[in-house]
Amino acid sequence: MALSRLSLRSNPFLKPSTTSIRRHVSTDTTPITIETAVPFESHLCDAPSRSVVTSSSEILSFFRDMARMRRTEIAADSLYKAKMIRGFCHLYDGQEALAVGMEAAITKKDAIITSYRDHCTFLGRGGELVEAFSELMGRKRGCSNGKGGSMHFYKKDACFYGGHGIVGAQIPLGCGLAFAQKYSKEEFVTFALYGDGAANQGQLFEALNIAALWDLPAILVCENNHYGMGTATWRSAKSPAYFKRGDYVPGLKVDGMDALAVKQACKFAKEHALKNGPIVLEMDTYRYHGHSMSDPGSTYRTRDEVSGVRQVRDPIERVRKLLLSYDIATEKELKDMEKEVRKEVDDAVAQAKESPVPEPSELFTNMYVKDCGVESFGADRKELKVTLT
Amino acid sequence: MWGILRRSAVDGGGFSSSSLGKTRFALVSARSYAAGSKEMTVRDALNSAIDEEMSADPKVFVMGEEVGQYQGAYKITKGLLEKYGPERVYDTPITEAGFTGIGVGAAYAGLKPVVEFMTFNFSMQAIDHIINSAAKSNYMSAGQINVPIVFRGPNGAAAGVGAQHSQCYAAWYASVPGLKVLAPYSAEDARGLLKAAIRDPDPVVFLENELLYGESFPISEEALDSSFCLPIGKAKIEREGKDVTITTFSKMVGFALKAAEKLAEEGISAEVINLRSIRPLDRATINASVRKTSRLVTVEEGFPQHGVCAEICASVVEESFSYLDAPVERIAGADVPMPYAANLERLALPQVEDIVRAAKRACYRSK
Repeated sequence: MALSRLSLRSNPFLKPSTTSIRRHVSTDTTPITIETAVPFESHLCDAPSRSVVTSSSEILSFFRDMARMRRTEIAADSLYKAKMIRGFCHLYDGQEALAVGMEAAITKKDAIITSYRDHCTFLGRGGELVEAFSELMGRKRGCSNGKGGSMHFYKKDACFYGGHGIVGAQIPLGCGLAFAQKYSKEEFVTFALYGDGAANQGQLFEALNIAALWDLPAILVCENNHYGMGTATWRSAKSPAYFKRGDYVPGLKVDGMDALAVKQACKFAKEHALKNGPIVLEMDTYRYHGHSMSDPGSTYRTRDEVSGVRQVRDPIERVRKLLLSYDIATEKELKDMEKEVRKEVDDAVAQAKESPVPEPSELFTNMYVKDCGVESFGADRKELKVTLT
Repeated sequence: MWGILRRSAVDGGGFSSSSLGKTRFALVSARSYAAGSKEMTVRDALNSAIDEEMSADPKVFVMGEEVGQYQGAYKITKGLLEKYGPERVYDTPITEAGFTGIGVGAAYAGLKPVVEFMTFNFSMQAIDHIINSAAKSNYMSAGQINVPIVFRGPNGAAAGVGAQHSQCYAAWYASVPGLKVLAPYSAEDARGLLKAAIRDPDPVVFLENELLYGESFPISEEALDSSFCLPIGKAKIEREGKDVTITTFSKMVGFALKAAEKLAEEGISAEVINLRSIRPLDRATINASVRKTSRLVTVEEGFPQHGVCAEICASVVEESFSYLDAPVERIAGADVPMPYAANLERLALPQVEDIVRAAKRACYRSK
């Protein structure tokens, strides 16, 4: 809108002219350059610049998207305690900057694959809230029709390949996605996300070796939240410098709680991977919840540590401060935005609760694409026998 | 019916340097009845199947240890690197977990990998990817992520390779919903099933047999055509009979056919079923045969406990109990790790006389 173009000039510190019309800041894409708070550390490469080119609309979208992710995880926590979500539920609150920063640097044709801590990654790829909550509650409307559960969210049309329950398996799979991108001569890359626990997996090194030999556009992203379940990094890794563990593969260590730093690193990594093959990114991040809903998260770390990170490094608060100091939005506007997001999430939860459970016949669907007249059986095969078609 | 007319080749393995670039020649042990009919080794059948599918579909590629420059540890992929280049045939390091995961990831993205395990014993290093990453993905994603991959390689016992290199994985993989598990016997099986497997949009475990690679079988014009495919999930009745049904797969089909010849001399007419497909298992054909003969001998090379034979026995007991005139007989590998000494190895594997004896028991002709 004309007003916003006039109001945000190249100097972001000038107060925009206030009128009775609300500023349409969410559409302003005038470039703003912001320095990351923490420098990048690099291994076998030159670190990218700390100056990140962004815009007020982008920073605002970070805020909204992270707020949505945060509320989603908190809602999931309540639903789990109400026993509406069963089994495993691994929450991402604290790590939101990673999901939004990455999306800002890439396209929906670049692929992402991650572990079981996948709710927010799914949302970042464009997944709908109602699909996420429905899946968590095992309903038909779920992104996997209720058949996957928390750990198995997928969105193939946005090149999001899950959602994997076996620690470390997603890394070779991600290198395989990169292989396919190179094979098809597409100029896209794959981000394979894994944790500090998975960073010690043998298959990571096997896959990275092949990725380096074959120059695959694979970016291995270690979401180092400092705990592999209940085991701190110093107890599980002889060398916890995860960005250096690629040895002959370049690496970058990034402040994973800073969405802009994440964006810069992912942009850098994509350019690198397309020209030079694999690269390892280590994102220094933190999860507020325990490993999963079965883990209080307080037996292996102090409450002071958790609240300390929340006070000093929370990704949403950092973006809020940025928005306020650059005068992109007022406190009230941001609070209103959070209220909207909260309502969005609550509505989605309500909608998801309305969704029916899958039909019993769904027990037998999707085993094969081509069923070729195969039979399948229920627990009592004389009672329940189905010919798959 | 061509029955068991074939030449047998003695091939102790694909590692000898003399095998590089040479077609295997064989000892003639039987006369070919059908004059003018073509013959083909299982090795050539597999090679031609992969070649044709690679030619037809640019998404098909081959990956595994020594599949390229070495021409294949057992020469199954011979000539493919020269013909299609390094962008279609990939030599991998000796890292099954890594390269199998990469193959499955490539299949997620829509490519059609043919992943070779030098033997299926090494597939255990990658079994998480075969089962958790490949077999279950279509289901867990409610149809979003299908995995059109083929895992192939020699399975079961070879000759003198010892305990760690001789296991049969048919029962393990066939128990997993979401996988298809095939086991060819003849050259026609090899061609038709492998082509079907490569074209199939689901993950297929393709269990070959090293000792069959050098065997020649008659092959029809139809089977030589590049569009030839065999249906997955259908067994083949190799020899019709009326007194006892013998079911088996892979190398044991040859043994069962020899056993049927011996039984015929004693007036017992055995029907030999070549399963071809372990999952899906052709229960219909097996049960129809048992309802005809009333007796079943089920044969496999692998470990007996929880094996393929156990599943077939259960199926027949469930579906055709009142047709059985005798308990189901099971002939399987011995319940021991494979020993090295030749005499012990022979004792550890089913022999023709074991199948004959079991068939006679089922026919009340012996204790």
